[in-house]
Amino acid sequence: METTAKPIQEGRSYPFSPLFALDTLWLQVAGTLCNLRCTHCFISCSPVNHSHEMMSLEEVKRYLDEARQLGVKEYYLTGGEPFMNKDLFAMLELALKQGPVSILTNALLITPETAARLKDLADVSDYSLELRVSLDGYDAATHDAVRGPGTFDRTLKGVGNLAVAGLNPVITAAEVKDELGARKGRIEFLAFLKSIGLDKPRLKILPILRLGSEIRRSRAYESWESLRGQELTEEEQLALQCSSCRMATSKGVYVCPLLIDSPEARMGETLRDSLRPFELKHQACWTCRATGFSCRT
Amino acid sequence: MSNLNPGTIEAGAFKSVALIGGIYSNYLALEKALELIEGQADTVVALGDFGAFGPHPDRTLEILRERKIPAIRGNYEEALADGADDCRCGYTDPRDNEFAQLSYDYTRAKTSRQHVAWMAQLPAHIRLSVAGRRVLLSHGSPRRVNEFLWKSATPEPFIRKMLDDYETDVVVCTHTGLHWSRLVAPGRGVVNAGALGRPANDGTPRVWVTLIKDKNGELDVRYLPVHYDFERLAKEMESEKLPPEFIQTVRTGWWTTCLEILPAKERAAGKL
Repeated sequence: METTAKPIQEGRSYPFSPLFALDTLWLQVAGTLCNLRCTHCFISCSPVNHSHEMMSLEEVKRYLDEARQLGVKEYYLTGGEPFMNKDLFAMLELALKQGPVSILTNALLITPETAARLKDLADVSDYSLELRVSLDGYDAATHDAVRGPGTFDRTLKGVGNLAVAGLNPVITAAEVKDELGARKGRIEFLAFLKSIGLDKPRLKILPILRLGSEIRRSRAYESWESLRGQELTEEEQLALQCSSCRMATSKGVYVCPLLIDSPEARMGETLRDSLRPFELKHQACWTCRATGFSCRT
Repeated sequence: MSNLNPGTIEAGAFKSVALIGGIYSNYLALEKALELIEGQADTVVALGDFGAFGPHPDRTLEILRERKIPAIRGNYEEALADGADDCRCGYTDPRDNEFAQLSYDYTRAKTSRQHVAWMAQLPAHIRLSVAGRRVLLSHGSPRRVNEFLWKSATPEPFIRKMLDDYETDVVVCTHTGLHWSRLVAPGRGVVNAGALGRPANDGTPRVWVTLIKDKNGELDVRYLPVHYDFERLAKEMESEKLPPEFIQTVRTGWWTTCLEILPAKERAAGKL
């Protein structure tokens, strides 16, 4: 497939990331199915990408049960677009009984009724519910260029519904333009969020990953962007999210949210199967190491 | 190479223990807290982060050392003792990191070398018992000095595993600046002692000290408000040219920085 990253290079060895503790469980509840086809999506989600199917309530329940036994600290529900899964609320209710939950969404399906339902669930839980809404810029031109015409306004509508319901989403922006993550860009972004009714704006900037659709938008990883031959200190290992997370999809358990298109990143059927070190052979591992970033909120 | 003390101290059994979370150079609140708990606790332990945020870091250290208050080290003490360039607080937001750097540079410049040497020999953890319960004192968490344990993000299954992993009934921590506790069974759970140095983001200038006691064989956890001369602290911070944002927090009780790391519930409870 043209969108997969370059094959792993052979030769010198790669460092390993040990799993210090399974703190974070990601659940790919919507698989690779999405109501958008963003040109920077690192797993090429779209309305027709069935490479990972939606997860069933039963599958999610099985992973949540295992996670509870293993002492997991937090949960992330993602996709694709999680609100396309008809069982999302049932999944969310179960997850919020045993820990804090973040949902990653483009907010297109967040109507006033959906927002009110989310707020009710958040209020009765002991644990925090985070809504992570993707907004790739504070103007329509920047956002729509990667997410499609008209999506900026539609996402803002969903964000507005959350705000009216009393929920304060974490706005997540992929750094599709270099200046977004810089000091000035952040200040302007935060001012924009205030102007649309988010009194206590929360903003997370994510680096670009040269995977999936993004390869066509910009470029693939270059050969030097690799951890081959590098050694990591314990502190550096701790900074990698794969040293404390796993990702469950309809196809099994993967090392992290980024690599579900890479067969070698599949670590087994159950969470217990996946409690072992991972060899950092993938070039996306270089991005995590170089930027120090984590998909966590 | 780190020159930090690798050990854990076993301190024995107590009827009552007072716990002092992050002091952040608020020596005025420290004096008041020590008065307040006088006669109420068999012992008092300081849980690290003596510097940052407030003025004249040596004043806090002089009180702790003169009164021979048992202490463990926090990320601040580790950073200072290691000669690190930043406080290792663990923030992720650039603005929070900018303020953390201002605090750290000020504290580092104003802390005497002999106090830094004292910090290096502090243990990372203390174990003791109250009401027959094993209590493990840590700064962030038993596994990481700068782990944030927030109430709404520290779930029961995680706590159970942590208590098993560290063979304890209770984990005591600080580092977040907010006090809370969650019991997963009678006498088993996490007690976050909050902070003595900075208000708890509740719109009042008061700060907090924690008391755990043997109450008829059961473990009793109480948080005592400490009222101190915050106006004097604010004025001293002004003369030291510390950031107005910090001084605003001292006066109003609302946090103005370190907000990005708060989970949704804790963020919603504050004003900013």
